[in-house]
Amino acid sequence: MLRTSPNPQLNADGALQHLLTLEGMPAEIIERILDTAVPFVSIAERDVKKVPLLRGKTVFNLFFENSTRTRTTFEIAAKRLSADVINLNVGVSSTNKGETLLDTIDNLVAMNADMFVVRHAQSGAPHLIAQHLSERQRDHIHVINAGDGRHAHPTQGLLDLFTIRHYKHEFSKLTVAVVGDVLHSRVARSLIHGLRTMGVPEVRAIGPQTLLPTAVEKLGVRVFHDMRIGLAGCDVIVMLRLQSERMKGSLLPSAGEFFKHYGLTADKLALAKPDAIVMHPGPMNRGVEIDSAVADGKHSVILPQVTFGIAVRMAVMSMLAGG
Amino acid sequence: MTNATPTKTTEGLPEALPEAEQALAALLDKMRGSVAMDAKLIGIYSGGAWLAERLAALLPGEHPVGFIDVSFYRDDYGQKGLRAKVATTTLPFEVEGSRIVLIDDVLYTGRSVRAAINEIFDYGRPEKIELAVLVDRGGRELPIEATYVGARVTVARELSVVLNRDGDRFELSVEPVTGEPRA
Repeated sequence: MLRTSPNPQLNADGALQHLLTLEGMPAEIIERILDTAVPFVSIAERDVKKVPLLRGKTVFNLFFENSTRTRTTFEIAAKRLSADVINLNVGVSSTNKGETLLDTIDNLVAMNADMFVVRHAQSGAPHLIAQHLSERQRDHIHVINAGDGRHAHPTQGLLDLFTIRHYKHEFSKLTVAVVGDVLHSRVARSLIHGLRTMGVPEVRAIGPQTLLPTAVEKLGVRVFHDMRIGLAGCDVIVMLRLQSERMKGSLLPSAGEFFKHYGLTADKLALAKPDAIVMHPGPMNRGVEIDSAVADGKHSVILPQVTFGIAVRMAVMSMLAGG
Repeated sequence: MTNATPTKTTEGLPEALPEAEQALAALLDKMRGSVAMDAKLIGIYSGGAWLAERLAALLPGEHPVGFIDVSFYRDDYGQKGLRAKVATTTLPFEVEGSRIVLIDDVLYTGRSVRAAINEIFDYGRPEKIELAVLVDRGGRELPIEATYVGARVTVARELSVVLNRDGDRFELSVEPVTGEPRA
């Protein structure tokens, strides 16, 4: 929807203008983001956890949908780049007074915004903002999608790719399983696009029929309904959060039933490769999609994912804001 | 100074660049006896990093080596953005209270050195920072001078002086200026 050019994320020179989705993102750009994130990881280990790259820039965190964790990691990333960060919980302010999304944007542009980090329940909202800025010739202002509807969550996909590359070094020989509620997960969608683009030969989607998108094979994914078969030989296991509201409908019988079939336990994990890593985008439902012993166990890289997420977001912001 | 690297003729270009190994020997001469025996060496990526490693092996005393990539501190980020490959700054020692020799292959505008000094201070307050360079080509845009210089050259603005490594040996060459930030 709302596309003016084949890839509105890239400018005329092929450089990153906005980060909206990993779908169609060239492998070279993904690789450059991952490479750029590496030196940012060590900045967090210094006494002064700040570099002056975005000094004087103003970043607006526009969260039309709540997410403490994602908003916090974007805020930390921007602050470690020396930007000024303004957090707007738009869900509880102007939209309640009837202001439209684009009026909100125009007002913030009038306050000399340099970057918008946008989360919205509506798929395509960040695209709409990017297109609007382009129509107003505000090409110096950049948009980062921090999650839109069921569509995309590209920085989560990138931090997942960064984590996988950190532990597994290269993508070209891996088997990666994405387990659980793939249907409603923008995290899964972004990650699957990224994994395919980076040349992962086997991506598996594991879940009940009701929680897998009908055309998921078209993304180049192998589907498994039996988790024990699907996990065999996996290098990477990505557990998805089961959103509790899914249980209220007819998609699932109960959390206990889900855990029995699709919860990651030590005995199911033992079917994957001995050096498999376990990932989760958070927040976790312990005892629903993942057992506590696994979440806290030696295969788990769930907390390093959070740390790497800040470095990846710093990389994206500094690639966008540079001249 | 006889081992000339062939270059395209440009108005005002020197007949020859200094031979890199001779410049290194001259630099070592100046540093010996003057650099503190426990001074820590910080090389600026990538040429300065190679130079720091060789100097650490050749200088008397014990000299821990660190490396710095000044990309996050450059003043031309707003015009040029980030370079494609940013290396990780690694200072595996305490900066606070240390005597440091900052090392670069070519000193030109002084902007890399300014950026490097700023970055070092984000690790701590050193007692002293000196600057050692293989080649000083003039053209300063900031009030920065090297403590130790291997050789001085004059090179046309449209050319950059580049340090290359052939096994253990250094060689200098000139190349047309690219879009990459200048030293």
